[in-house]
Amino acid sequence: MGKRKLTMRRKEGIYGYIFILPFIVGFFAFTAGPLLFSLAGSFTDYNITSQMNFTGVENYQSLIMEDGLFRTSLWNTIYYVAFSVPLTTIGAIFISSLLNQNVPGIRYFRTLYYLPAVLSGVGVYLLWMQLLEPGTGMVNLILGWVGIDGPNWLYDPDWTKPSLILMKLWSVGGSMLLYLASMQGVSKNLYEAAEIDGASRLRQFFHITIPMITPVIFFDVVTSTIGGFQIFQEAYIMSGNGEGGPANSLLFYNLYMWNQAFENFNMGYAMAMSWILFVIVFVLTIINLKLAPRWVHYEGEEK
Amino acid sequence: MAKTNEETKYLDEQDKLESQFVPNTKLRYMEHRGNRNNMWRIFNFVLLAAGSLLILSPLWWMFATSLKTMAEVMSYPPSFFPESWEWTNYIRAWNAAPFTTYTINTITITTFVVIGSVVANSFIAYGFAKIPFRGKSIWFAIVLSTMMIPGFVTLIPQYILFSNLGWVNTYYPLIVPHFFGSAFYIFLLRQFYMTIPTELIEAAKMEGASHFYIWWKIGLPLTKPALATVAIFSFNGAWNDFLGPLLYLNDENLYTLQLGLAVFKGQLSTQWNYLMAGSLLVLLPVILLFFFFQKYFIQGINLSSGGK
Repeated sequence: MGKRKLTMRRKEGIYGYIFILPFIVGFFAFTAGPLLFSLAGSFTDYNITSQMNFTGVENYQSLIMEDGLFRTSLWNTIYYVAFSVPLTTIGAIFISSLLNQNVPGIRYFRTLYYLPAVLSGVGVYLLWMQLLEPGTGMVNLILGWVGIDGPNWLYDPDWTKPSLILMKLWSVGGSMLLYLASMQGVSKNLYEAAEIDGASRLRQFFHITIPMITPVIFFDVVTSTIGGFQIFQEAYIMSGNGEGGPANSLLFYNLYMWNQAFENFNMGYAMAMSWILFVIVFVLTIINLKLAPRWVHYEGEEK
Repeated sequence: MAKTNEETKYLDEQDKLESQFVPNTKLRYMEHRGNRNNMWRIFNFVLLAAGSLLILSPLWWMFATSLKTMAEVMSYPPSFFPESWEWTNYIRAWNAAPFTTYTINTITITTFVVIGSVVANSFIAYGFAKIPFRGKSIWFAIVLSTMMIPGFVTLIPQYILFSNLGWVNTYYPLIVPHFFGSAFYIFLLRQFYMTIPTELIEAAKMEGASHFYIWWKIGLPLTKPALATVAIFSFNGAWNDFLGPLLYLNDENLYTLQLGLAVFKGQLSTQWNYLMAGSLLVLLPVILLFFFFQKYFIQGINLSSGGK
């Protein structure tokens, strides 16, 4: 009996590995292998045609010490992340708290607010380029109604990044649904108790809703930070096919890396860039994880 | 209809709550609160209605612009309603570039990506959810950690790999990787598999069924809703992908709709009526998909947040 059980378990083990085999193969072929290759390549002058010559830390050195465009691209990206992550988080929480009420037509509202989140790609970028046209676009038309003289958006280096953040805000629907789901999971008893105690709506929101959804806020902040650092497609299209926009104000990190790798074929250089990005994202995620216990509230956890 | 039920139920609950727990002396106060609640709900409704106009206005603008004449597009101030509805803009836009070819190409790639994503991720997720084996938790941690790696770190070596295989200017680099699973979908489907009772699988095993058979005959049918979510998400991803085709496709006959639109923009520059017509046509399948299969989109979001 014991022996039979053992062979059963071994058989199960083999089956298990057969089932996850596609992932394992893909992991080595498309993730782990490339990861190691790019780490090794980042210490060479590889440019696709030549051999790989080992150049030590030269790529890293010239990126950090000499390359002004590298600094510009890093600055642009940090700017974008620093504004887009808090704004989209606050926006999504705000909208989902409105959608978490009993008002007529709430189902339709939820659908409408989610719709932009599923739309992406070049069509959407072109749409926003037209919306943001200073003279003939919709955004400045609407701003004009309330007496605001709209900026030149994608033509003004100071306003290009806010343009992209505005576009991002339009599509907060995805994380909004996450918040909505978690708000609906908050026990009604908490609100009823607060209501009887005479706590205002606003107090309830800040003292019950927000603490209860902190795990989702944490998840959203981590993933949208990682995502924000990788902004590429919209910048490529909206800066005129990868040129970086006025005064390089849309030259984001990945866009510069793309130009180095696939326009100038400085592959080694670009791979060094990619590893710097990896380290930045990794460190930020670790910091986020370390800070989490200070503000993220998990139910059933001892305070 | 359902919403009014919900609403009345909500109000009933409120009433019950008040009559049950509130002493008579406090009733007047609670009445006052009830009014305040109604005020709040009206305010909420107005805010939501105004917000949804704001959310929808870009899409309306896209539609309106696509029907305007070029003179009207350039006129100042712009208007929300086209003077004359130039439906022929759509035909002109469609014929201004080989959009038919782009559409066929995009459908080809998307079909393979969807099939690959559904089959591979379902297979892998079954292994993680329903078969006990040594090292499973380590491999699952690896699956999750791949979500943290910025795509560009592996992009350049992948390009070198695929160009050595002679796959540049083919659809292979855009399709083949999807047959090896991806972290997000594996996670999502595993969450769903967890809700299927193990007894069902144990019973099938007692009958002598192999795991392949169980996956095919029990796993796939029972996880249909989650598979629909994966299919829709991967459709959306492949349909809207710009980076992949931009990197791997050089021959214009192989271009996808996304690449086509970018080229179209380069050619037409400010002819916004045609550009918006073309963009709207490319977005249309996604919009339709959303309205028909909304619940699968929402389900995906809910599953990814911990399987509620």
